[in-house]
Amino acid sequence: MTSALNPRYTFENFVVGAANRLAATAGRTVAENPGSAYNPLFVYSGPGLGKTHLLMGVGHTAKQLTPGLNIEYLTLDEWVEAFHAAVAAGQGDAFRRRFQNVDVLLVDDVQFLSNRKEMQSELLRLTEALQVAGRQIVLTSDRPPAEIGDLDARLISRLSGGLVVDIGAPDYETRVAILRRKAEERGASFRPGVLEAVADAPLTNVRELMGAVNRLMAHQAVNDSPIDGEAAKRLLGIGAAAPPGAPSAAVGRGGAGVSPPSPPAVDEFGAFLADVAVTVGRAVEAWRTRVAEEILRWEGEGYRTHRLEALLDQNSPAAVDEAIAAFVRDVERLKVLELEVAQLDPAVAGQSVFRDPERIRDAEEEAARVRAGAAPPPAPSPAFPLSAYAVGPSNQVAVSAVRAVLERPGKKYSPLVLVGHSGCGKTHLLNALGLELAHANGAIVACLSTQAFIDELIAAIDANRVDWWRARYRRVTALLLDDVHLVAGKERTQEELFNLFNLLQDRERQLVFTAPAPPNTLAGIEERIASRLEGGLVVELKAPDRDVKRAVVERILTQQDLAPEPPLLDYLADRPADSVRSLVAAAQRVMSAAGAQDVPVTVGLAREVLEGTSPQEEGGAEDGRERRGGGRAGPRTSGVVVSSLGSIKSREKTVWDWPDVPDRLIEDFR
Amino acid sequence: MSLVNFTAREIACKIVYYGPGRSGKTTNLHYVYDRVPDSRRGQMVSLATQTDRTLFFDFLPIDLGQISGFSTRFQLYTVPGQVYYNATRRLVLQGADGVVFVADSQAQQLDENLESLQNLQSNLLEHGVDVRSLPLVMQYNKQDLPRELILAPADLDDALNFRGVPSFGADALHGAGVFETLKGISELVLKRLAAGSPA
Repeated sequence: MTSALNPRYTFENFVVGAANRLAATAGRTVAENPGSAYNPLFVYSGPGLGKTHLLMGVGHTAKQLTPGLNIEYLTLDEWVEAFHAAVAAGQGDAFRRRFQNVDVLLVDDVQFLSNRKEMQSELLRLTEALQVAGRQIVLTSDRPPAEIGDLDARLISRLSGGLVVDIGAPDYETRVAILRRKAEERGASFRPGVLEAVADAPLTNVRELMGAVNRLMAHQAVNDSPIDGEAAKRLLGIGAAAPPGAPSAAVGRGGAGVSPPSPPAVDEFGAFLADVAVTVGRAVEAWRTRVAEEILRWEGEGYRTHRLEALLDQNSPAAVDEAIAAFVRDVERLKVLELEVAQLDPAVAGQSVFRDPERIRDAEEEAARVRAGAAPPPAPSPAFPLSAYAVGPSNQVAVSAVRAVLERPGKKYSPLVLVGHSGCGKTHLLNALGLELAHANGAIVACLSTQAFIDELIAAIDANRVDWWRARYRRVTALLLDDVHLVAGKERTQEELFNLFNLLQDRERQLVFTAPAPPNTLAGIEERIASRLEGGLVVELKAPDRDVKRAVVERILTQQDLAPEPPLLDYLADRPADSVRSLVAAAQRVMSAAGAQDVPVTVGLAREVLEGTSPQEEGGAEDGRERRGGGRAGPRTSGVVVSSLGSIKSREKTVWDWPDVPDRLIEDFR
Repeated sequence: MSLVNFTAREIACKIVYYGPGRSGKTTNLHYVYDRVPDSRRGQMVSLATQTDRTLFFDFLPIDLGQISGFSTRFQLYTVPGQVYYNATRRLVLQGADGVVFVADSQAQQLDENLESLQNLQSNLLEHGVDVRSLPLVMQYNKQDLPRELILAPADLDDALNFRGVPSFGADALHGAGVFETLKGISELVLKRLAAGSPA
């Protein structure tokens, strides 16, 4: 049913001339990139000009490049027959399935679709299915689609939708080249001028030329002597351009191993000239073919090729290869820019400037503009290094999970959800992890509070830049969100987070979240997000244990250049504290009291400050009243110390390092 | 050696007929000369002794006219075959685009052929040209002589054609194989033009 590809019909022996160059190049392109270059490719020409050869050449080359491809070649009639047979056997569906699984479908002679409505709709259906599946179709016909009689308009537009190319009659040089090739294939040798005489004959198609060669071969075989150009003309009935050959010069010595000399009437020089012309034509014009192939290739990929087209207007191949190389370099640069911009701002990447190598400077500028506008996502705070994170039994699991993440970011625990009460070190650990992740080469770590994430989204919606905002987060290698429970009730944020989550997880990017409680217990979080968070690793940070507390206190005191005595550390570590934050507050109060009194930090002082026997009690009436009013244990007191000059001198109440205005911290007086 | 001048749109091929003395190099040129229409050939310059031996060299310019928009000219040279004119041979070889080695098919001339072939190689080397990179064809001339006197082309191939270049049997006196040889060398030279233009 399906014809096998004729092994003789390959591109290697397809003689390319001006008349079929475009078709040959398109055929090669399609064979090299089935389904992506021109689909369908429609080749039409008069009979005997190489349609079938080209079609099979596509099949051979495609098969050669990708041996696994399923390639079917058949004529329209064979296809119709197969269809009828399948329908008769009740196997119409199987027939359709079979052709829909073909990777490269080569259909010859589709002009016979005329007046075959049912086959037209069948072909339309098949073409659509194959195109959708990215499979290649190449069709040939003796006329363009629009001229095939009674062809369905939808099919016309479908068939014309790829590339429609024609093959013209070969010019003289191509005819000579074809004749030589064919004579060589048949192992025939002719005297100089014979093939040229055939090429001169008014034969318009290659099959007729072949017929002429065959006749000459037969004649030569019968007469057992080489025929000359004039005799060839007479034999083929071509108008005798010259009188029959003058008598041959006799060969005196009757040697062997060489054919008798040509009769003088044979224009040996003319034949030589014709040969040289063909060779020169091929050699000199080879560069045009290269340029044309490049144009087809890059046009196929959607790039503007004005620069290459201009090359064809020049007379010499001067610097053609350099020009092509420069063009390719520019296109590669455009690809890089387009890819980069697509990550930063997808809306911009679609602009034509990234498809026009003539405007590479504009493209660079555009990319620079996008780059400038693409602020990197918020990074982790350097104030929270991992080295400063105190480890103890209460957070051991979480810290080892973090170390596991650092070993294999995105692969081991993603998402990692750190759960714990306020002040037990989640934010510190999150930022510490972010800082470590950011050390990796090419890492883009987004580490921010969920509130900031929500605010950014709102601002992006407001500025109509949601694409840009999304792109900014889509390119991160790690996303770390603090207090993820704050998305509760924020539908749009949850939607965005859900999509971002999926995308980053698909790309094996690391995701880390913190929350006050396990995700599935958080109110207002959509099930789809909660389940995804639960699907990673949820680890709990418990209230700091004694080891952690002691380490924290020691660090704080050491940072203030104080040499803490062990009893003080033990005292502070033993004090009840449900969070690191409250512990830090207590330590700072002791330090500020020491600073105010200009005395060393001792356990006695700590007791005084934290247990309500402050030596400043009588120094500041209001302060004392407040404390007495509070009447509670030290940790609840504000720790405000009023100096003799009346100004507040409390470390805890004083902001030492002013952050940016929007981030300024305002602490409530308790 | 500028074979193709794209600016001036000119192609100029210099083809040198090389070989031992009396192998028929000049005869080749004469045959070509006779077949080229007057309008297309320049004056054949032949510096010969009274006994018709080439003393200096023969030079035959042929104008092939416009081919693919290129004004195409072939310049055919022969070298004097005699051993003692080596300086002339070297001079003529300079800038050759292709060489036709005209061998004398007579069995008794085999050594002369070999010697001349080696001479070609060393003269090319003096010009810094590797014989393997230069278009070369072999012509086994005088194939019309009685068989008992000559070697068949296949035998000559074995003896002389180490590189397996195209070879042609010929009877230059009567023209057999002359244009085939010229065509053979032209194709090689012009193909290099394709390869030699920036590719």
